[in-house]
Amino acid sequence: MPEKEYKSEKAVLILHSGDMDKFYSALIIGNGALAMGMEASIYFTFWGLLRLKKGELEKGPLSKMHMLGLGKKMVGNRMKKANVASLEKLMSDYKELGGKIIACEMTMEIMGIKKEELRTEWIDTWGAVGTYIQEAKGASLTLFI
Amino acid sequence: MTEVEIDVRGETCPVPLVECRKALKKASPGDLVLIKGTHPASKKEIPMACEALGLEVLGIEDKEAGKEWEIKIRR
Repeated sequence: MPEKEYKSEKAVLILHSGDMDKFYSALIIGNGALAMGMEASIYFTFWGLLRLKKGELEKGPLSKMHMLGLGKKMVGNRMKKANVASLEKLMSDYKELGGKIIACEMTMEIMGIKKEELRTEWIDTWGAVGTYIQEAKGASLTLFI
Repeated sequence: MTEVEIDVRGETCPVPLVECRKALKKASPGDLVLIKGTHPASKKEIPMACEALGLEVLGIEDKEAGKEWEIKIRR
């Protein structure tokens, strides 16, 4: 049986949080959707967009029990023990499987972020709310993280 | 027709599912993909992904007294 050439379903996620654990959730769901034959887009906005700055990918705090970095260190060690993939690997897998990244232009304006400060090799589209709505209106799954 | 082997033993969510999808993407129609792993949920989820992709699962086998599994898929 040949693999279906068309993709009938789509997952569109908004990543508003820059927290490390929430970034993991977004990339795991995005990769899972792609692995199960869906299309996927992640709209990076606000604190989420900061993670796309060069050198900032793994720098997000934990959303709970960060404890000035101590909690993150402990969770990081547990994750290493459980052999959890790095955000860098999940991001490169996401792109390899055809995942789309949208960067929020208003966030760039508010936070004074220039295009050249971001990992532009990952970003497919620069946009605003209209771009999200356009992506999401035909989606079967959409989440705000 | 070629047979590709993917070893994701010791890897956790979502790596087995993602590596399986990457291998299927690279394979040509008719190729066989054998995926070896230990992550329990992936043993159920890889066949679910194959169904969603319209691909045939040729077999699911338990190895090492149930600690490992092997799934064979035809692209």
